Parts: sequence; C-alpha cells; structure tokens
Amino acid sequence: MTTRTSTLLAPQGRWWGPLGKDERLWFALVVAWALAMYVMMQFVWPAVGEEQIVFDSYKVDPKVFQQLTDDYIAAHQTGTLLNIPIVDAPPGDVYLLGERFRFRPLLNLKQGQTYRFLISSVDVQHGFSVQPDNFNLQVVPGYVTAVTLTPKEAGTYQIVCNEYCGPGHHLMLGRIEVTP
Amino acid sequence: MSANPIGWDWRTCKVTGLTVDRSAERLIVFNAVTAVLYLAFGGTLALLIALTRWPKMHLISNAEWFYRLVGAHGAAMLIFWILFFEVAGLLFGGSILLSRRLTAPKMGWLAYVMMLVGSLGVTYTMLSGQATVMFTAYPPLKASALFYGMMLLYAVGALVAVLHFLVNIVTARLQGQVRTLPLFTFALLVAAILALFTLVSGTLAILPAFLWRLGVIDHVDPAAYRLLFWGFGHGAQQVNLAAMIGIWYALASLTMGAKPINEGLSRFAFVLYVLFIQLGSMHHILVDPGLSSWARGLNASYFMYAAVMGSMIHAFTIPASMEVAARERGHTKGLFGWLKSAPWGQPAFAAMIISFVMFGVLGGISGVIMGGIQLNMIAHNTLIVPAHFHMTVVAGTTLAFMGMTYILVPLMVRRDLFLPGWARLQPYLYGLGMLLFGIGMGLAGHYGVPRRHWDITFPSMTQLSGGVYDGANIHWSLALMALGATIAVTAGAMYIVVAAGTVFIGRKNDVPNIGHVEASAVTPTDPNAPVHHPKGFEAPGTMMLATGFLVLFILLYGWSWFELSKVSWIIK
Repeated sequence: MTTRTSTLLAPQGRWWGPLGKDERLWFALVVAWALAMYVMMQFVWPAVGEEQIVFDSYKVDPKVFQQLTDDYIAAHQTGTLLNIPIVDAPPGDVYLLGERFRFRPLLNLKQGQTYRFLISSVDVQHGFSVQPDNFNLQVVPGYVTAVTLTPKEAGTYQIVCNEYCGPGHHLMLGRIEVTP
Repeated sequence: MSANPIGWDWRTCKVTGLTVDRSAERLIVFNAVTAVLYLAFGGTLALLIALTRWPKMHLISNAEWFYRLVGAHGAAMLIFWILFFEVAGLLFGGSILLSRRLTAPKMGWLAYVMMLVGSLGVTYTMLSGQATVMFTAYPPLKASALFYGMMLLYAVGALVAVLHFLVNIVTARLQGQVRTLPLFTFALLVAAILALFTLVSGTLAILPAFLWRLGVIDHVDPAAYRLLFWGFGHGAQQVNLAAMIGIWYALASLTMGAKPINEGLSRFAFVLYVLFIQLGSMHHILVDPGLSSWARGLNASYFMYAAVMGSMIHAFTIPASMEVAARERGHTKGLFGWLKSAPWGQPAFAAMIISFVMFGVLGGISGVIMGGIQLNMIAHNTLIVPAHFHMTVVAGTTLAFMGMTYILVPLMVRRDLFLPGWARLQPYLYGLGMLLFGIGMGLAGHYGVPRRHWDITFPSMTQLSGGVYDGANIHWSLALMALGATIAVTAGAMYIVVAAGTVFIGRKNDVPNIGHVEASAVTPTDPNAPVHHPKGFEAPGTMMLATGFLVLFILLYGWSWFELSKVSWIIK
C-alpha cells in the first residue's frame, strides 16, 4: 500500500505505488491528445494545408544580397513611392531587402502566380509580417529566408516590420500589391 | 541579529515548528525585498507602456524612451523580479524547510551581491540609452560593452545562487538530514537543474556579444545567438514553471491540506520537464532561417509534447489532491462541494487557484498552439506572444509568488500581515486585470498587431500603411489591454504595499496571523495512513473540470488551424 504526504514534508515509506483509476484515465487522455497534436502537425497539415513552413535558407554576405536586390530592382523597376522603388515582379525569384527603416522594393504581383521570395537584411534583424493576413517570418542578416508564395486574392498587403530594429522601427513598412 | 556569522544561529518557528537558520532568513529577506522592488519598478513601466500602446492615449510621446522602457520592463520583470524571488525560494527550500542551516551562507551573499550589481548595471545601461536593444539584445543591434558585462555578472551570480542550493541539497543528503526530498523541494531541485542549463546557455550567448563589443572578435552570428539566447530566454521560463508548480503544490497543502494523490506520478511529471522541456525552447525560432524542418519538427513535436504531458499531469493532480483532502474532511456534497468549501477568503489560496487556472487555460493552451511549427506563422512577433507570456509569467508565476509571500513573509519576519483586507481582495483584482489584459492583447495580436512597436498608426507613412491597424476591433482590443493593465498594476501596487508593510511596519507577533493553514501541511499527523482507492473516481469533480479543460484546449487548437487556413497565400 502506498502512502500520501504533504508536499512540504519528506514522504515516508513506499510512495511510488501504482496509479489509481482517476490518474490512469487522465494520463491516457493526455497521451492521446499529445499524439493527436503530433499527428496533426507532422502528417495531417503537411498533407492538406496550404500554409507550410518548409522554407529553405542560405547563408549570404549582406553586401552581396544588397547588390542582388539592387540588380533586381534595376531590371524591373516601374516607379517609386516615398523614395522606395516599385517593381513589377515577374513570376520566379523576388528579392526583398530589409534595411533600417524600410523594405525594398515595393512589389506588384499577379494573383495566382507563384513567386520565390528571397528575403534578407543588410543591417540588423527585421520581421516580415504580411498584413492584414497576418503571417510572419524572421529576417536575419547573413541569412536568406527563401519561401515560395502564391497570392490567392488580389488586394494591397502591408509588410510590417515586427522585430525591433532601432529607433525608427515603427516607421518600417513595405507593400505588396496583388492584381488579378 | 547574529553576532557570530559562523555559529549555528537559529530559532524555532512557533507556527510550523521548523528550525529556522537565521542567516538563511536574512538572505531570504534581502533577496525577496530586492525582488519586490524590481516588481514595483517593472510594474510602473508596465503601466506607461500599456497606456502608450493604446493608440487613443499614446502616453509616451518619445519613441526612443518608449523602447528604452520596454527593454527595462522586460529585464526588471522577466529576469530580476522573478530570479531574485526564486533565489529566496531556493534558500528556503534548501535550509528552512529541511530544518537545517545553510552549508555556505557566504556563497549566498556572493551570489546576491553579484546579482544586485549586475541587475543595477543592466537597468542603468538600458535607461541611459546605452542599451536600447530590448531584453533580447539581438545582434547586430549594438549595446555598450558595459551592458553585456553586467548581464554576464548577473548570470554568473545567478549560477552561484543555483550552485549554492545544490550544495545545500547534496550536503543535506550526505549528512543524512534528508532522504526523499519533500515534493516542494524536489520541484525546486528540478527548477535548479533547468536553471543550470539555462544560465550556461545565456552565458554562451552573451559572452561572444560582450567580446564583440570589446573589439576582441569582429562578428557574432545572429542566428547562433538566437539559438543560444532562447536556450536562456525560454529556458528561464521553464525554471519559473517548475518553481511555480512547486508553489501550487505547497499552497494546496497549506491551504487545503492537499497530499498528492500519487507522489510518483507528480515526480514523474517533473522529471519530464528535466528531460524534455529545454529541448522545446526552440519554438522562438520556428520561423527563422538557418534551421532544418527536421530540427523544427523534432523540437516542436516530440520534445514539447512530452513536456506538455508533464504540465497536464500537474493540471490534474493538484486539484485532485485538494478535492480528495476536502472530501476526507467531509465536504462530499455533489461534484463540487469540495470546491465550495475551499478557503476563498484566504489570499494565498485565492492567488494559487487564480494563478493555476489562468496559467493553464490562457497561458498553457496559447503556448502549445503557437509552439506548433505552422501555427507559429500567425503568431510570431505579434502581440499574441507577449499575451501568452504575460498569462504564464504574470498571471501564473507572479501571482503564485504573491500567494506564497502571503504566508511566508509574515512567518519569516514574525509580523502580522499588513492590511489583510487588501490582501484578500488583491488576487481577485489582479486576476481580473490580467484576464482583461490578456484577452485584449491576445486579440490585438490575433489581428496582426506587432509587439514592441511604438506607434501602429504610422502617421507619417499613410501612403504606405493604408491604415492597416485602424480597425475598430484593434482599437477596442488595445483599449481592453490598457484597462486590464491599469487594474492589474493597481492590484500589483496593493500587493507591494501589503508585502513591504508587513516586512517593515507590520505588528510584531511571534505567531503571526496568516489566515487558515492546514496543520497537516507541516506536521506529520497520522503516520502516513495507507491509501485506499475507492471503487469509483476519487476526484470526480476534478475529472469533470479537467475534461472540460481538455475540450476547450481541443476547440482552441482546432480553431487556430482554421485561422491559419484562412491566410490568403499559399506558403511553401
């Protein structure tokens, strides 16, 4: 027979007895729930979900990435807004650079087309937060976050920096225009 | 006070009968008072920050100061208040509760001085603008070398404090003063083991940053820093978790006479933390570049869910133990008669039960959900994240710590609780404030509002912002958050008045009035009568409540996937 002791006193005798009916039932429920969440995340959602997180990442010299972005902008620029270049992005690779305190370039995309976003930073860490849809990725200098995105709906999307990046953090925005 | 610091200067507690080492008592009071001072400081900043984040009020008109104060608030609350308090707890669990003297009190004082100087240094650099880098200090954001140096001093001081506890436990064991540890001390031991890993990880993150700012090395890898930092940043919260659950158990015993229904199961649940919870600290970097999907999946599923199982075991065994104890005392009416009989007017009980429910329902469920790899995408760096950890660390840990002090502080300083009426009201008011705060902040995060952001109205950027956060739902949520913060900070101030008043001006009394405490908590009464399991459920009321909790968990989990599926982008 097992014994029970106050949590503030050292247990005496044999305290490691078998589980009672209550504990057995609850423990079984808990294990089942943990397994269910595991199966959902590892198998069900990867099979049925459209929002996955299997993006690639590469190391990159921030200066090199900045140059790649500049070249990309030079090839596709169609205008500027608040001194930030606007780009009509053809399907395929899209370069997006975070720098204090803006995202460059502003992007025009086509609904239903697939783009491979290559996102990095030239200075400190930034947050890539697409609003109002609200999905978020981390942007780290020296690393490229490479994620394949397909807009399903036309509209204007803001990119808000949601990683504190310095005194002008609250001014840092980007934009994606998706047209049909 | 003692004239001979080497001698075994002791007294007997007239309430509990424990032999109290006076040198431990002094150290505990110093650590606890320092902790409460940081709570007062951090709480003041909390109010200023919350009232700034409500766009209608936008209290702090200077962005630079706002960011400084957010950093200082994080450091004061998440690190200094909680760790100083935990060190007090470790000193208590390693000496007084075992009726033994501290093995090496000088080690305790060394730790205290290092932590005090380090914490003051960090606070100074943050307030003076040398370290406007937030609590996380992600490189290549730069702070002054002094900031990193002071962080290291604090971390090493905390390590010394943890080692001091381990020295005490090991010598107690070697000298035969204790065999099996009381469950409360066992929980502290688990917290201490987690703290060792955590503090080493933090030191490994900060040390290169320190050397970088001294010019010894020219580069710190920001992704590697994030990995090591979160081994500290989240790991430290697992320390709080273990300490808080230990306090839940302790307060359940003190206020309800609870005895864990299965000691082995409760200890097993703590061991799950030691084995798995640290490996789950990767969920801060689930949407970072630099990690393979395999590593993300491993940490977010296998390891995290093993630790979640530990928490869900405690979520059952703690109320079940209280139910069984109350039923044994004759409160057997219906499913919940035992709950009605609980000492709701005893502040320690009220604090414990509110902490328990809010931590589990709001903090726990939200944490598991956003710890899912794909679900993390709709949570990362939005206000959902601080909403989650304010439910765990503030509504959970802080309120549990407050509850513990309502009993321990009067006993320790041998004075009556100051303003007991305030103490009775305080946990409810604090819980209400945190509830409104958590719902408001969580909803705002759900609508995409970023954390650590001075002005989401972007007044100079309207051409780009398109009024992205101008929706009435967002403004209502943030107003609710500000209201909740105001109530919670008021209740926090009430706690500080009660705690500080008790220490300094409470009426001297060798048998202080601490409300109703079950004698069985501290005095072995019946020599541990064997357990007779009844035919049916022993704790049917708890089974009902726990099942309700599980159903809510499943619903919120399912709803979160539905929310993710509504994102109008295909993300591969």
